[in-house]
Amino acid sequence: MSTSQLLGTDPGWIILVKGLIVFVFCVLCTLLAIWAERRVVARMQMRLGPNRVGKFGLLQSLADGVKLALKEDLIPKAADRIVFVIAPVISATTCFISFAVIPMTGRVSLFGHKTAMQLTDLPVGVLYVLAAASVGVYGIVLAGWSSGSTYPLLGGLRSSAQVISYEVAMGLSLVAVFIYAGSMSTSEIVAAQHHWWYAVVLFPSFVIYAISMVGETNRAPFDLAEAEGELVGGFHTEYSSLKFALFFLAEYVNIVGVSALATTLFLGGYHALPGLSFTENWLGGWFTMVWFVAKIAFFFFFFIWLRGTLPRMRYDQFMKFGWKVLIPFSLAWIMIVSTLRVMSQRGTSRAIIVAFTGGVVLLILLISTLFESSQKRAEKRDELGDVPPPSFPVPDLARFTNSELEQRNV
Amino acid sequence: MSEMNGKSEIEKKTSQGIEAAAAANKPLTAEEQATAGFFKQLLGFWVTFRTMFKKVNTVNYPEVKEPTADRFHGRHQLNRYDDGLEKCIGCELCAWACPADAILVEAGDNNEEERFSPGERYGKVYQINYLRCVFCGLCIEACPTRALTMTNEYELADDKRDKLIFEKEDLLAPLRLGMIPAPHPMYPGTTDTDYYRGAIKGPHPDQEVKK
Repeated sequence: MSTSQLLGTDPGWIILVKGLIVFVFCVLCTLLAIWAERRVVARMQMRLGPNRVGKFGLLQSLADGVKLALKEDLIPKAADRIVFVIAPVISATTCFISFAVIPMTGRVSLFGHKTAMQLTDLPVGVLYVLAAASVGVYGIVLAGWSSGSTYPLLGGLRSSAQVISYEVAMGLSLVAVFIYAGSMSTSEIVAAQHHWWYAVVLFPSFVIYAISMVGETNRAPFDLAEAEGELVGGFHTEYSSLKFALFFLAEYVNIVGVSALATTLFLGGYHALPGLSFTENWLGGWFTMVWFVAKIAFFFFFFIWLRGTLPRMRYDQFMKFGWKVLIPFSLAWIMIVSTLRVMSQRGTSRAIIVAFTGGVVLLILLISTLFESSQKRAEKRDELGDVPPPSFPVPDLARFTNSELEQRNV
Repeated sequence: MSEMNGKSEIEKKTSQGIEAAAAANKPLTAEEQATAGFFKQLLGFWVTFRTMFKKVNTVNYPEVKEPTADRFHGRHQLNRYDDGLEKCIGCELCAWACPADAILVEAGDNNEEERFSPGERYGKVYQINYLRCVFCGLCIEACPTRALTMTNEYELADDKRDKLIFEKEDLLAPLRLGMIPAPHPMYPGTTDTDYYRGAIKGPHPDQEVKK
């Protein structure tokens, strides 16, 4: 019996309980994630991080949440009041609903009812996640627009442009997974990774997804929508109190969401690490949730590590990277993957497959060589002084001696 | 001759060193940047990962207190002579030196019944406003009798503004063993000059005020 058939037998109250579990899971993950992020980043900067509220400061984010809720709720005079209130609600709800199709465990018994810890199993589950993420952009755009202020507007535009462009790359990176799994249903993709994780088989897709999920969630080093020095807080500059808390919650649930999707699509979902599958048989279905959480934690640590290491990118660099590198690269990769897939399905002889792979490698080498030599030529052109003189006045550098230039820090 | 050779060798080495330094400072070509930059960024990941296991710099402050530097500028103190008389003569030089206008001094006259300091006058009112004080120490430099010095105490926070205006009794140094609390007469047979020279090493029984 497949997972979708299994879920079809769920009575209404089981669905309600599972919905509650998913919600609590997301909120708990957020609380712990904020705590973990602050502690780990602090360690990377040789600090301790929050360690006052509760054991090891574990209740810090809860205390912060209570503090946020008790703060004064301001709505700017220039704001569009209705949209201003709706925007954080859109953001916070859409990030939760994408969790409905994420399989968290294998077969489990919930109050004596045989089921799986997954709310529903759509045949187009992954597309549903992408759609939910796209609706989430509305929250950001509307928040930026309705604030009636410049910085939020710019921040909202930036982050929506960012989320939309990286969603293209993300969607393309998933196509290879669909081709290999032969399905868009999350549970079937997990089942299809029984032998090999797609992170291994489709490594380039995995890399593209990992990069674009950071861009998608507006996180460092792609957090230019919230660049403090330029835009104050970005789209949520004018928000305070619970509405701000909702955006905060949405950001972290989104991170957990993309990590969960990455786990499902590339790291074998809730299944144990290779060689440790005996734990699933011995400790029962619920234990698979531990593996699921562990894999999410791995991705989350990657998020924190990026934040601790890399400086923020410039907006144009970021867009250039998304449109000119990630998208063409993933398009080419999809072509290769689909060709190989069709070949293996039609039973093409091994020699042709090897020849095709060799041809692709040669083509990549050729393109990169051509690219490098064109770059060198461009460099040479620059060296020869082929640059036209600037149209604006510049100081006559030849007048100064070297030491004078050094003093002037030219 | 050999000296000349040595000099030229040093010169040669220096010029080589300069060249090497110039070479090191030379901006990388695009190709070098492309290869070195990628690995250098990976190196950055290793740096942050390694730092996680280093000893943290944070001091768990209220529980753990690290001693300050010896000459740290902390709360002020009004000192006493070894017999217990106050050193402050109410001259207001500290108040005049203060750039933040944090000190208020009002002098009073000493007389034979009530003597707080050797000489004519003493500091009757002495206030330091720690909401204004910038701990620059100019008052200490201005003090002619070393009456005003600074301690290493830095925990000067409170929840009321008026609690941070320290009065004379908050600032006076504690009485050490043998000191007699002022007011009391000067050491018999001495003048204020003897006090200023540091000739008084302790109290005399006659200095005790009979009640």
